[in-house]
Amino acid sequence: MVKVKVNDIEVDADPKDNCILAARKAGIEIPHYCWHESLSVVASCRMCLVEVGETKPDGTVAMGPKLVPGCQTPIKEGTIIRTDSSKVKTSQQMTLELLLLNHPLDCSICDQAGECYLQDYTYKYGKAHSRLDEPKIQREDKYHIGEQIALFTDRCVMCTRCVRFTREISGTAELQVVARGSHEEIDVFPETPCNNKLAGNVVDLCPVGALCSKDFLYKKRVWWLKHADSVCTGCSTGCSIQVDQNDNKVYRLRPRENPQAQGHFMCDEGRFGFKYIHDERRIKYPRLKNPPSNANATVRSTAPSDLSFADPWPTVLAEARKRIHSAIQNDPSGFVVVLSPFMTLEEAYLLASYIKGIDARTKLTLGPVPVVGSDDLYPKGPKGESPAAGKVKFTIRAEKCPNRTGIEAILRHFEGSVIHAESLGKSSASAWFVVGGSSSGWVNEKIDQAVGTPSLLIVQDIFPSPLSERADVVFAAGSFAERDGTYVNHAGLAQSTHASIRPPEEARADGRILMDLAGRAGLFNAMALRKEIGTKIPELSAIATGDLGEHGVRLAKFANHTAAAKSS
Amino acid sequence: MSDPKKNDPQKNEAQMNKPSAKKSVKWGEAPKMSILDALYLPAIASGLATAVRHAVSGKATTRQYPEAEPEIPPNYRGVHRLNRDEAGRVKCVACYMCQTACPANCIEIIAAPAPKDDPHWKDRDKFPATFTIDELRCIYCGMCEEACPVDAIELTSIYDLTGMTREEMIFDKEKLLSVFDETVKSGQDPVRTNRGNLGPAAELSPTAKDAPPPPGRGKSG
Repeated sequence: MVKVKVNDIEVDADPKDNCILAARKAGIEIPHYCWHESLSVVASCRMCLVEVGETKPDGTVAMGPKLVPGCQTPIKEGTIIRTDSSKVKTSQQMTLELLLLNHPLDCSICDQAGECYLQDYTYKYGKAHSRLDEPKIQREDKYHIGEQIALFTDRCVMCTRCVRFTREISGTAELQVVARGSHEEIDVFPETPCNNKLAGNVVDLCPVGALCSKDFLYKKRVWWLKHADSVCTGCSTGCSIQVDQNDNKVYRLRPRENPQAQGHFMCDEGRFGFKYIHDERRIKYPRLKNPPSNANATVRSTAPSDLSFADPWPTVLAEARKRIHSAIQNDPSGFVVVLSPFMTLEEAYLLASYIKGIDARTKLTLGPVPVVGSDDLYPKGPKGESPAAGKVKFTIRAEKCPNRTGIEAILRHFEGSVIHAESLGKSSASAWFVVGGSSSGWVNEKIDQAVGTPSLLIVQDIFPSPLSERADVVFAAGSFAERDGTYVNHAGLAQSTHASIRPPEEARADGRILMDLAGRAGLFNAMALRKEIGTKIPELSAIATGDLGEHGVRLAKFANHTAAAKSS
Repeated sequence: MSDPKKNDPQKNEAQMNKPSAKKSVKWGEAPKMSILDALYLPAIASGLATAVRHAVSGKATTRQYPEAEPEIPPNYRGVHRLNRDEAGRVKCVACYMCQTACPANCIEIIAAPAPKDDPHWKDRDKFPATFTIDELRCIYCGMCEEACPVDAIELTSIYDLTGMTREEMIFDKEKLLSVFDETVKSGQDPVRTNRGNLGPAAELSPTAKDAPPPPGRGKSG
């Protein structure tokens, strides 16, 4: 640690920090466009110019004669950074004025308006008016950049963050700068559009509205979006994300910086793969085969299209509870619960403790863990080859579920070992409680055959499957955006996710269903349950604090994983 | 951004009921009435006198509406219109500023990319696919007009808006454009229209050259 003075505020900074990071530690913002923490330094935007000086051994201060880019200037003991002098302020004004010379100022139709660094910095550091009287250069928009990316060329400030991203993080190098000087433009090589699996990140990286997501284009003004911190459930990397919704509709997912999980980015599969949560085919009502005669109209109607406002849940839950108890009484060892790796820790714990609480001879198993191909490592080499170990900057994992590690810990606690439901063979049990939660294809042939046609089949899922078709009780569950809870990623990092929208129609978040089913008092509260799980299950003691923070906590078993996770 | 505790209505109410809680608030007292005021007789007499004076003066002020239409001040805020640009397209660029500014939540826009293949729309990026104003919900405050960066939405001086159903009082894009066509034809343009032809979010309109310079421009330039 070295001592640095930023505008007379003394801070301890890492000797590897640059001026921007050191100033950030002092709570001072140095505006910047081209610099990004995970990309190389080019110092081309000139927005971060600051005055830097040093303290001589005799205590005198010698300031540098020229302004230097804060992103490129390393610090050492006694470095003095000034961001508030008139010299710096004039330079910032001038830089912004030049950046805006040919900027079309079409904020009214630009998707970035509201989260645009040109807007923000001009407001904070710039001038209110342009002195340019000449007509602005207008350039053609480029919709050919990629399947998901549109480039509004005249809004670009040539920070080249996107170019460096495709060269350094994805390694695919599709984007480049063509021409020179005032003719500079971002473009792709002919017939090689930017369609790599991380391409969506260039839209987030773009500090202005030049690169826009075609998927989100003109869908919503950003100031109406409400944000919830969440975790991507696409693979076991468990990228920290932010769910942006308005009026109960999710418009986009964005990566949230988490050095413990994935860094700054996320893959396109996760970014655009959320749309299933608004799918019309979702299970929206709980269902009961052979409902009791006193059940209300909503429960009895097969397609609840008639206007029946009676709440079906109390009847369904009471009946399900009755049937579970009688099934366990008849054949306790024949009652099998399938926990899916899409469940949160809290949900798995609620269900496991409920069923084991009735009879310890019941069997808890792990449902299918979807694995597609092999881990996809970035940056790619020139021929598309994977990087050497230790040079990995981003990994899309083959295991396409968020919480296998966590569910296995729960199973080891309640069952002693992890039994795979698929390995149980055909119709070995008389009653099944199957929890799904995947977007599609989770119920495979093996599990379908293993379940067979038991005397009692309870299915808790979000999409219809062969199992839900023949189930006696169907619980309409919630997708990842509708749940509160905890996921444990491949490296044992427990992260909390927060509900951002309500489930459709009569569907309910899994935690709420299981809370009611287990007859526990009170509402589902992930924080309280985490404390309970942490104290009861030694393997998961790390989550006993309840609040996992923005970046999550790592389970004790995976403590040595920290370094590996940082590199990926 | 604002502290939620500060805006807690219950707390505010409690403060209002306790005048001593905030010293900066001055609480006025109702003026005391004299015996003469308390009788009300002088007030009744002066009221009667006014009525009789008007009745015998011969200057009847009854307006013969609807046979004779009243003169409406030119800055009256009545029914909205959506302006067209020189090419006859809707001027609105679907920036949602009016919808954001609207205190009554009566504007609903759905934006779409402009049909770029159509040469008629070539220079436009975004346009409103639908633009709906609930004229019943609107409070005619004129904030939409003020917020509009391209002078697309305006309040006309049409005041006698009637309808048989609620549905027909919800104006869609076509209806709002037809209000423009009508008011332009009849010369009933609102006074606020004559601000020149601002392009989509243009920094300075051509006519702005004649206008006084914006604050700060003279010195810094």
